[in-house]
Amino acid sequence: MNNSNTTIGILGAGKVGTALARLALDAGYRVLIAGSGDPAKIALTVEILTPGAQPAFSADAASNADIVILALPLGKYHTLPVAQLAGKLVIDTMNYWWETDGIREDLRDPLTSTSEIVQEFLPHSRVVKALNHMGYHDLEEESKPAGSSGRKAIAVAGEHQLPTVASLIDALGFDPLLIGSLANGARLQPGNPAFGANLPQKQLAQKIDEANLSWDGIRVPLKETS
Amino acid sequence: MDGIENIKFGIDTFGDVPRGKDGQLVSYAQAIRATIEEAVLADQVGIDVIAVGEHHRPEFAITSPETVLAGIATATSTIRLASGVTVLSSDDPVRVFQRFATVDALSSGRAEVILGRGSFTESFPLFGYDMADYDLLFDEKIDLFHKLLDEQPVTWQGTTRASLYEADVFPKTESGRLKTWVGVGGSPQSVIRTANYGFRMMLAVIGGAPDRFAPYIDLYHRANAQLGQSSHPVGLHSPGFIADTDEQAKEIIFEEYKKMRDQIGAERGWSPMSREEFEAEADHGSLYIGSPETVARKIAKTIGTLDIGRFDLIYSGGAVPAGDRLRAVELYGTKVIPLVREMLADQPAKQKITR
Repeated sequence: MNNSNTTIGILGAGKVGTALARLALDAGYRVLIAGSGDPAKIALTVEILTPGAQPAFSADAASNADIVILALPLGKYHTLPVAQLAGKLVIDTMNYWWETDGIREDLRDPLTSTSEIVQEFLPHSRVVKALNHMGYHDLEEESKPAGSSGRKAIAVAGEHQLPTVASLIDALGFDPLLIGSLANGARLQPGNPAFGANLPQKQLAQKIDEANLSWDGIRVPLKETS
Repeated sequence: MDGIENIKFGIDTFGDVPRGKDGQLVSYAQAIRATIEEAVLADQVGIDVIAVGEHHRPEFAITSPETVLAGIATATSTIRLASGVTVLSSDDPVRVFQRFATVDALSSGRAEVILGRGSFTESFPLFGYDMADYDLLFDEKIDLFHKLLDEQPVTWQGTTRASLYEADVFPKTESGRLKTWVGVGGSPQSVIRTANYGFRMMLAVIGGAPDRFAPYIDLYHRANAQLGQSSHPVGLHSPGFIADTDEQAKEIIFEEYKKMRDQIGAERGWSPMSREEFEAEADHGSLYIGSPETVARKIAKTIGTLDIGRFDLIYSGGAVPAGDRLRAVELYGTKVIPLVREMLADQPAKQKITR
């Protein structure tokens, strides 16, 4: 497969962003990667951790990409370049992680997919939720060519450009599992059986079915004082 | 990397509350004394360093590492004394410096600081910090701590604590500088920041294949080179447990390890850990568990593939019997470390991964 004409813009140069950049580079895509500011700040990181990717400002990575992957802390979604993301296919890999995002009443409703919140913030983008449920080191260790026995699956929630999303997931080394609307992505979030799943398609589908969305949220041990 | 003979071996504990002979959890006070006992034994069997972590959760007895280290300092002679980690974000850098300089005095220069953001957040509300300032708190405090290490009057301004003007901080150390590390969990930005300050880097590898950290070690050394400064050997810490046989080690640990992992996991939204995941982590992940030979082979493999100068085993593993834990420390010092050194000496030319 020739992916060299497709540009992936990855927003976020942390653990998840750099892992996905390596998978995308291995699949032959052109990759732009952005941290939180000047690309010079991540130049060495990119050179060593994701050789072949180009560091960019997030607005440039967004506007020059065919597909944009969001891999920044969810709590920072309001810093996304809304205008440059207009009209783009945007794959949201982010999760609400209260330990770094803080206790955020706007993000912790277990019945709402946080990707719906992101879609609301990016009204002119086509947001799809994927690549959020598997740990970043599993993503790299489990990536396998199509048809490999025991190949793992990645769930996709959303209804935009599904053939494109599916072929991206496949190129990254996983079987895509389409689960319907963006709202269904709530089943892939922390606290649900599928969160953390590193499983082949059929078993992943079972885990997603097991989700009990009447569940009352992650058990946070201490309340914020302020 | 330093030669094989220079590789340091440490043990790390969070002061997990162990079980007594009656199978019941011991008191927090007993748990703290158990840590001292383990440290004294570690010193006797030639373990290079003990690191005690700071946590504020019911499973762990140690909230104040330096106080425990002070106790260890006066009861031991050669083992180095570290925190693992000091949660700097919710502490005061001036006090952290003073406490470690005091431990350094009590131990005649054996204190080491490992700074970190910590993998838990209980200390934030406890000490009146807002998790919304998570990044800012660490950024500012590591900067101030770095200035304090020069042991000269400090002038510093920030928003997370009072500014300082020509403030002289005591006690001064005999060596003139506290050995300082930063605990890094795999965030590239943390690696760069550690290099920017010229600190040593301790990688916390608590899951997955260790070789995936090779690029981070490379990044650390290259960042130091770019800054025109000499680099330090990288340390790595991972969990594990040692008993006389593989079966025993797993039997002692599994239930307690799972209990702790599932409890923490529930707070983070993970599903419970299965036996298969546990076994996979032991077989090719980052759980160093089994007989001395099994654990030694696994450590030797990690040192053989990663360019590291220090390996620390987090040995405390949940609410296991205190006697088994003491035995694990003994086996680590008397069997595992000598075995690892032998294994490494046999394969000195092994290819390092440097991608």
